[in-house]
Amino acid sequence: MKKIKKISNIILPVFFIVILIAIWESVSGSGLVQPFILPAPTLILYSLIMNFKAIGGNTLITLFETAAGFLISVIISIIAALVMDSIAIVKKILNPLLIATQTIPIIILAPLFIIWFGYGYLPKIIIVILICFFPITVSLLQGFATVDKELLNLLKSMGANRTQIYKIVKFPSAMPGFFSGIKIAATYSIMGATIGEWVGGKNGLGVYMIRAKQSFSTDKVFAAIIVITVLSIFFLKIIELIEKKYMPWIQISKEEYYEE
Amino acid sequence: MKDKIKPVIEVTNIKKSFGDLHTIKDVSLILEKNQFVSIVGPSGCGKSTLFDIISGLEKPDIGKVLIEGEIYNGKTGRVSYMHQKDLLLPWNTIINNVSIPLMLKGLKKRESQIKARKYFPLFGLEGFENHFPAQLSGGMRQRAALLRTYLFANDIMLLDEPFGSLDAINKRKMQLWLLGILKDLKSSILFITHDIDEAIFLSDKIYLLSERPAVVKTSFNVDIGRPRSNRTFTSVEFNKIKRKILTLL
Repeated sequence: MKKIKKISNIILPVFFIVILIAIWESVSGSGLVQPFILPAPTLILYSLIMNFKAIGGNTLITLFETAAGFLISVIISIIAALVMDSIAIVKKILNPLLIATQTIPIIILAPLFIIWFGYGYLPKIIIVILICFFPITVSLLQGFATVDKELLNLLKSMGANRTQIYKIVKFPSAMPGFFSGIKIAATYSIMGATIGEWVGGKNGLGVYMIRAKQSFSTDKVFAAIIVITVLSIFFLKIIELIEKKYMPWIQISKEEYYEE
Repeated sequence: MKDKIKPVIEVTNIKKSFGDLHTIKDVSLILEKNQFVSIVGPSGCGKSTLFDIISGLEKPDIGKVLIEGEIYNGKTGRVSYMHQKDLLLPWNTIINNVSIPLMLKGLKKRESQIKARKYFPLFGLEGFENHFPAQLSGGMRQRAALLRTYLFANDIMLLDEPFGSLDAINKRKMQLWLLGILKDLKSSILFITHDIDEAIFLSDKIYLLSERPAVVKTSFNVDIGRPRSNRTFTSVEFNKIKRKILTLL
């Protein structure tokens, strides 16, 4: 039963996507739509192969900005969540600010960052940080706050200090939430870097896409989109692997339950 | 050497309120060395609060907590305290879970695991060192929690309804098991329960508490010889004491 379920979980979505692509291919191939408006999937694939060098080079730049922004935001988030969790007044002060940063549209902030920080990597990295910081911090804070109070009391009655309580109880119990925050951040991070490049930059996938768009090479735009999508999924999968490795106890099913 | 006449735990005239909620009105009790003393009372009468006070997690409004003659009001870390929930960390294996108190005392991870491992057979956990709590049955989890409690402070233990979440059959098994290992443990135990049979079966002395705000209604010794067994439950003395408690409640 389980195997059948697993197969249908993979086969059904793949089948659906294949059908969609087939319809797309036949519509574009029929000549009803101009290639510069909607290029056929085969044309996009062809364009991806032909421009592999240019796309690859720009991808590396975007990946660098994404990775830097993502890692920095993980570090900042952990520090922020720790400080906010351990000092109640800081949480009260920073919480509204934290939410406020998420209400400002990134697309408007991005050009401002270029005015402030120039055309280099910095404004892109800051955008990635801005996008990733919130879900990670919030999920970690939530994780810290929902730790079983009795568990904390037990550790306190055993004489554990603050550092030990964080190490033994708070961090491990916040991990599942932390990882869901990280996954959300990871899926958005490459997009964030691309937006940063799109509004102004020297290179990167965003720059490549805006140049392709301006010369009506829609196939190249789509090729870059495919790269972004594949990379985002890849990024997510890596994080899921790390998650599985570090939280084996989540995987334990009731099947392995021992009776006396 | 400490004065042997001094009781292990002496609680005198404890009073505790949380805002308008008067939880404990006036409770005094004594636990002698190597004694097993039960506190029986209706649910929500402040038994757990009493343990929070004795363990030092809460401070009493009035009254004193003396442990081996010294004042321990609001001071944690002396006695071990086991809750009704097993409170095992789901992300740690059983061996890691039970060695936490040893590591908190400053032992290295390896040393504490070697020390903890010795007790696995006695606690019926041999072979389950590297399992996660979710893989164990309720009774085994409670035994693991008890082992962790024991490794923290083995001379004085507060057990708050440790078998409360188990079904009747497993509960009986655990009571027999606990009784069996008591002579090896050499601990003084304060035990909370609302199961009268359990209290009589295990204890040397029983304190009956009233409804909230709690006062000690009465206390009496359980003069049933040891070793006790399944037969104890149907003995004349057992039923005499049970009748006495039932008329008082």
